[in-house]
Amino acid sequence: MLFQGLVGLSEAMYLWLVAAGLSLIFGVMRVLNFAHGSLYMLGAYFAWVAFRVSGSFWVALLAGPLVVAAVGWAMEFGFLRRVYSAPEAFQLLLTFAFVLILDDAVKLVFGPVYQSPPTPAALSGAVLIGHSVLPTYHLFILGVGALVGFGLWVFLEKTSFGLVIRATAADREMARALGVRASRLFTWVFMLGAWLAGLGGALSMPVRAISPGMGELIIIEAFVVVVLGGLGSLRGAFVGSLLIGLLHAYGLLFMPVFELALGYMAMALVLIVRPWGLFGIREG
Amino acid sequence: MRARLAAGAVLAVVVLLVPAIAGPFLRYLALNMLLLALLALSFNLLFGMTGLLSFGQGAFYAGGAYSAALLLRAGVPLLWSILLGALAAAALAAVLGAFCVRHTRIYFSMLTLAFGMLVYAVVWKWTAVTGGDDGLIGIPRARIGLPGPLDFSLDSPARYYLFAAVLVLLSMAVLHRLSASPLGLALRAIRENAERAEFSGVPVRRTIYIAFVTAGLFAGLSGALLAPLEQTVSPSTAHWTKSAEPVMATLIGGPLSFLGPILGAVVYLGLKEIIVRFTEYWLLVFGLVLLAMVLVFRRGLVGAASRLRMPRRRT
Repeated sequence: MLFQGLVGLSEAMYLWLVAAGLSLIFGVMRVLNFAHGSLYMLGAYFAWVAFRVSGSFWVALLAGPLVVAAVGWAMEFGFLRRVYSAPEAFQLLLTFAFVLILDDAVKLVFGPVYQSPPTPAALSGAVLIGHSVLPTYHLFILGVGALVGFGLWVFLEKTSFGLVIRATAADREMARALGVRASRLFTWVFMLGAWLAGLGGALSMPVRAISPGMGELIIIEAFVVVVLGGLGSLRGAFVGSLLIGLLHAYGLLFMPVFELALGYMAMALVLIVRPWGLFGIREG
Repeated sequence: MRARLAAGAVLAVVVLLVPAIAGPFLRYLALNMLLLALLALSFNLLFGMTGLLSFGQGAFYAGGAYSAALLLRAGVPLLWSILLGALAAAALAAVLGAFCVRHTRIYFSMLTLAFGMLVYAVVWKWTAVTGGDDGLIGIPRARIGLPGPLDFSLDSPARYYLFAAVLVLLSMAVLHRLSASPLGLALRAIRENAERAEFSGVPVRRTIYIAFVTAGLFAGLSGALLAPLEQTVSPSTAHWTKSAEPVMATLIGGPLSFLGPILGAVVYLGLKEIIVRFTEYWLLVFGLVLLAMVLVFRRGLVGAASRLRMPRRRT
């Protein structure tokens, strides 16, 4: 039971990292990044390459997400900023074009085969808590997820740059009038969001199979999470991820047939009661 | 108006002449184009007309395909299976739509995608009914199910093509009529400014709901017509990559004209047919095409053509 819960929570952390980036980008830029799952996938592949080159898991964990942030920079600076003035649907379609391009590019470069690199030696053991044997790596992921959550909170609430980001999210026109360079800010926020997704992907590398389709799966779950939690709310993304992770873990245990559908049912339920999400703000 | 009627008549004649002049491969491709055109038109009822980007048309396409397949396998005549299949898809749209139309813009897109994948998950897991991973096989192209001498068999592919083409053309006529109707005008008003539409007496949510269910109906019809063509139905009909096809077709052709999605469907499948001969990475190519469309030709081929003809006119 406890083991299943831990697995669920560690799965929730990948989801949290992706959903956090998605929600942050939407909150500030009002752009929903369909390609966020693909950035997660790139994080795993880049980390895998870094691992093959350096032989060190820690180098991989550092380098993979940074390269993804660079890809994020190219996406925002090269393409996305050209369509900010277009209807939202076209921004969505632009990021969707990147899903097609990135997924196929990865297939082209790395091949469609599943890759599964090894768990680092220091984290491959298990810890005995009570009567349950818990894999160290899952605890490690839980720690990283919590740390990132705390880091984001400090960054957004306690630093001046975070203040600027929050101000722009709250009222873009006003922030601009007060001298915020929104275009530069957008680039930074998009890179941060991409980095978060990349980190999620890099962390998932040793325990989940890497494949070109991994991004599609997580982006749809991340959508469910942000709808549950409220789009643009980081707290909502965190709680939503935990909820979905646990639902999947225990659903697999008790109702394996409905496991896939459980998350959607939770989403439908929340939509009936609170259409704007658990922590979201009412639309328009 | 007369020019449009003529264009419609030319389209109908070309479509109906295909079996006489084309071989089996081209006929098969042409029918696929027609089915995608219908799916894209149903999508564009929401996108081009109302401004709502649905990423879940695959759910209704699959809903139609699976319902028709189950009915056909149970021995129901063809025409009734297809029509009931489309109605089943509309019923599905009526349920999911109740959730989706409460939201606009980005929320709408996310919800349609998520519900689309819910349908996919159900189709994948509910093996007893849907055949799960394997899908449904051995779907008969049975008798049409009309009384007396009209009850001919559609076993031959050429006949089935004509039958399906007539249904698609009729649907296109209905959809075209719909776009010029008060409902179409109300949808455009919502696209331009939902608040203003509401204040001038358009019941916004109900109008969108009607459009959503109608789009589900025609997406379902397109799917239902697929089942006897392929004689198998697989879960991929519900996958989001299927939902993406009408999006691409509409974007390529142009969302602001009625003809756009039809032209786009022809170009999309034609291009795909050519590209797959050179590379298996055709999605990569279409990603780049989509990128170019969004950045440069936001009104699609039809828009680009009319800009060439009338450089300064704005629609």
